[in-house]
Amino acid sequence: MYDSIIIGAGVIGANIARELARYDLKIAVLEKMSDVCEATSKGNSGIVHSGYDAKPGTLKAKYNLTGNQMMPELCRKLNIPFRQNGSLTIVFNQEKMAELEKLIERGIENGVSGLMILDRETTMKLEPNLNDAVVGSLYAPTAGIVDPFQLTIGPAEIAVQNGVKFFLSTEVTGLYKTKQGFLVKTNNGNFEALTVINAAGVFADDINNWISERKRLIRPRKGEYCLFDKEVGNLVEHTIFQLPSGVSKGVLVTPTAEGNLLIGPNSLPDNDKFDILTSAEGIQYVLDTAKKSVRNLPTNQIITGFAGLRASEKDGDFVLGEPEDVPGFFNALGIESPGLTAAPAIAVDLATWVAEYLRAQLKAEYIEKRVEYHRFADLSTQEKQELFKSDHDYGKVICRCELVTLAEIKNAIRRPLGATTLDGIKRRTRAGSGRCQGGFCSPRILEILSEELRKDIREIVKSSEKSTYLVGFDKDML
Amino acid sequence: MRESQKLTCINCPMGCELEVSFTDSGEIIVSGYKCLKGLDYAKKEVMNPTRTITSSVPVVDGEMAMVSIRTDRDVPKKLIRDCMMLLKDMKVNAPISAGDIIIENICGTGVNFIATRSVRKK
Amino acid sequence: MEYRDLVIIGAGPAGLAAAISAYEQGIRDILILERENFLGGILNQCVHNGFGLHTFHEELTGPEYASRYIDKLSDLKIEYMLETMVIDISEMRNVIAINEKRGVMEIQAGAIILAMGCRERPRGALNIPGSRPSGIYSAGTAQKFVNLDGYLPGREIVILGSGDIGLIMARRLTLEGVNVKMVLEILPYSSGLKRNIVQCLDDYDIPLKLSHTVTKIHGSERIEGVTVSQVDEDLMPIPGTETYVSCDALLLSVGLIPENELSRKANVTINPKTQGPIVNERLETSRPGIFACGNVLHVHDLVDYVSEEAALAGKNAADFIKNVSSEGLEVEIFAGDGVRYTVPNKVNPINVEKYLPVRFRVTKVFSQATVLVEFDNLPVHKKKKTIMTPGEMEQVFLPKSWFTERPFLRKITVRIEGDENA
Repeated sequence: MYDSIIIGAGVIGANIARELARYDLKIAVLEKMSDVCEATSKGNSGIVHSGYDAKPGTLKAKYNLTGNQMMPELCRKLNIPFRQNGSLTIVFNQEKMAELEKLIERGIENGVSGLMILDRETTMKLEPNLNDAVVGSLYAPTAGIVDPFQLTIGPAEIAVQNGVKFFLSTEVTGLYKTKQGFLVKTNNGNFEALTVINAAGVFADDINNWISERKRLIRPRKGEYCLFDKEVGNLVEHTIFQLPSGVSKGVLVTPTAEGNLLIGPNSLPDNDKFDILTSAEGIQYVLDTAKKSVRNLPTNQIITGFAGLRASEKDGDFVLGEPEDVPGFFNALGIESPGLTAAPAIAVDLATWVAEYLRAQLKAEYIEKRVEYHRFADLSTQEKQELFKSDHDYGKVICRCELVTLAEIKNAIRRPLGATTLDGIKRRTRAGSGRCQGGFCSPRILEILSEELRKDIREIVKSSEKSTYLVGFDKDML
Repeated sequence: MRESQKLTCINCPMGCELEVSFTDSGEIIVSGYKCLKGLDYAKKEVMNPTRTITSSVPVVDGEMAMVSIRTDRDVPKKLIRDCMMLLKDMKVNAPISAGDIIIENICGTGVNFIATRSVRKK
Repeated sequence: MEYRDLVIIGAGPAGLAAAISAYEQGIRDILILERENFLGGILNQCVHNGFGLHTFHEELTGPEYASRYIDKLSDLKIEYMLETMVIDISEMRNVIAINEKRGVMEIQAGAIILAMGCRERPRGALNIPGSRPSGIYSAGTAQKFVNLDGYLPGREIVILGSGDIGLIMARRLTLEGVNVKMVLEILPYSSGLKRNIVQCLDDYDIPLKLSHTVTKIHGSERIEGVTVSQVDEDLMPIPGTETYVSCDALLLSVGLIPENELSRKANVTINPKTQGPIVNERLETSRPGIFACGNVLHVHDLVDYVSEEAALAGKNAADFIKNVSSEGLEVEIFAGDGVRYTVPNKVNPINVEKYLPVRFRVTKVFSQATVLVEFDNLPVHKKKKTIMTPGEMEQVFLPKSWFTERPFLRKITVRIEGDENA
């Protein structure tokens, strides 16, 4: 019997696990994919929103602000790439400048600080590559960019270090009330718990509806993106938004925390929950719209495209906490944008509520620091040499595009909740995420995974069970 | 009488489409070529088409996992698959020197599979 | 920090030939830095034959071609370091490299030869819609798996792109027992050699579908199939022509990109057409003492020309180290109508020895057209060619005398005139 079971190991589930692990509780996280950060948390903009956009009084507004304020400290503590680069919301005709005033008012009401209207000249000075048609912008200095993978993996590791058990490839198939608490059925056996936290992303409505009469409906909205080579990562310094449409924040142009350039997303409503396909029309729309924001978009530097789903709840706001009819069952549902920003703040409240429900005590010992890891590429020459002295595997470069060494890859496999797949390695170390997209390093990484995990190389997968790379030996089929 | 045959000349990027037909007396008639290379090529291709086969086979105890090999002369085109079948389940022991014979007299052709690189012992 | 007369980055065909040539010009203090654990670069995985006809007048396989140079290198005792990654170069030729034995090394080079080669364009660059399953490989990665590691990347394969690597892989995989279902080419012609189309596809009845491309990728975990569509003259898919082809792997052979990340760190000016450095007749980049040759300079289709070009870079780097100075003004070489780019981009006529080789690629397929070389807009050379395709590198040789006859030359243009297809 667990005190608490968290369903879903995305950025919400992982951050809740980290916060809840502060209490003296027996906790499990159930994740149907083979790794953490495998769905919405991996397919988004990686933006830490300032918070002017959300409707005042909503949970989105509240948690956006708090999350934004927590982010710098949290990322420093957990060694997560983060930069407070500020955002510019640009407008293309004079009449629309008035709307920026409204956004400022809304931002002030939401508690966002530092918002400022900039004229054309100042805007262009800050961002010389913006389209000439720009007439002015709203500057939000507290906006930032974060590595969404690390914002999930980091807290998940801390949770593991503090005794939380993660069950991967474990899909919840049923949820029932019992005398004491809950019975959670999965493809990997049954689990019992006093409390259940529903952080199941686009599937969170199903789980809620299994057990509560207060029905929820998630209608996923798909967003498509293009990621560009680091060579052009400095096309813009700030995150560039166009005026929000009301439904979404529109197509943005931004550097990523890792130094690439990212554009997207579009917004396709009522999307299938399993469909994260990109489409020719979608990518074209993203490119065309981004071209309105910036001049000379270097389309020949695109290295990959991807799509993600926003878990939009029909009422339009986050749904947090217990439905009236199911005490002990806590939702973190409908977490769409600004969900990534809000995640750390949502996690604190959810954990507090669960702990209060269970009358749990804080643990005497809580590990705050992740097991050490280094990003060789980011170090100075001298630091590189120091690190090399500690482990000669830092002298062996595996991924040449992102300069990732053997030591880092081994570390990613051996650390808490270590990588078991190529995607897992990529999200933890960036190996394979560069301009050649794994063309050179994937054969080596397959070998390393095979050695470290003591598995036949043909069994090593990209992410899920059937996503194999090598199907057999030469001449097998002759 | 043999049926006529269509070929693409490989001697230059032009890629002339050649047509080869045969008279009752067995004479070869080629059309479609723009230079004499095309004529020679067509005759060779219909009389006795041959190819070099290249492949790789696993090495036991080598510092490389595979050794690259080729036939030391061309083999008749129709024997390519039979020659490849000889390599199925084949392994060679390190060390290997470039030029070493891997399989002798393949399919009775007198042609050998030879190593095209050296692989030292691990 | 250590000093080396000549540091060569990359030990593929370009780096090897450059090193040998510099040695022959009297340079002894040479260091080659190679990131793989073997010499010879990509030739090691090119186990097929067809290399060296031009240089050695015989047909060699990739490893055999490489060994000609590797053997010579070891005879000359030229120093190299394997599994050594160069991570930075400065304008002033300061090289930072790293390996497992020595860690971070800082080397001041008298001259540098860039010979890093190229990489394959990944799927992302194509924006093919659909899912992102496993089973999608660049052709070169598949070649490494099959030829160097002994593993099959799939059982039923579709190849997108009919460049030579794609064609070669179609044959290699077929020989190894794989079902290669088709090769797709978005252009109305293949950029591969005719010989490869015949001997890699026709020999095995593998269909080559010109003006066709992949318009969607299917399969959520491993690839299960692709949608194939015909394209129009603007290369846009034609609605209604979609067919579904099942496969468990898709190989991409859709172009090569010179790997110039290091060159950019040294502030070397890059030609957007070739994505390689701008060079003069000595193959010297915009940074004095930094030379470039082989596929890092522009993508070649014959390794023989890589070796030849690299030998020239090696000789010129040697001259630079020996402080052989050159006077005179540089003349620009322009790619005119029908020419995509030329290498070199500049020439100092004083340095032309017997003749200046100018290599170029045409912009489209030309038949019965004329290659025209103009000095200050006046024709000096005309050569009629039966056929020219963008896939095959062309060259013209400009004799020294043409330069001496025209001391005030300002500009050279290479262009194509007349075209039966037009």
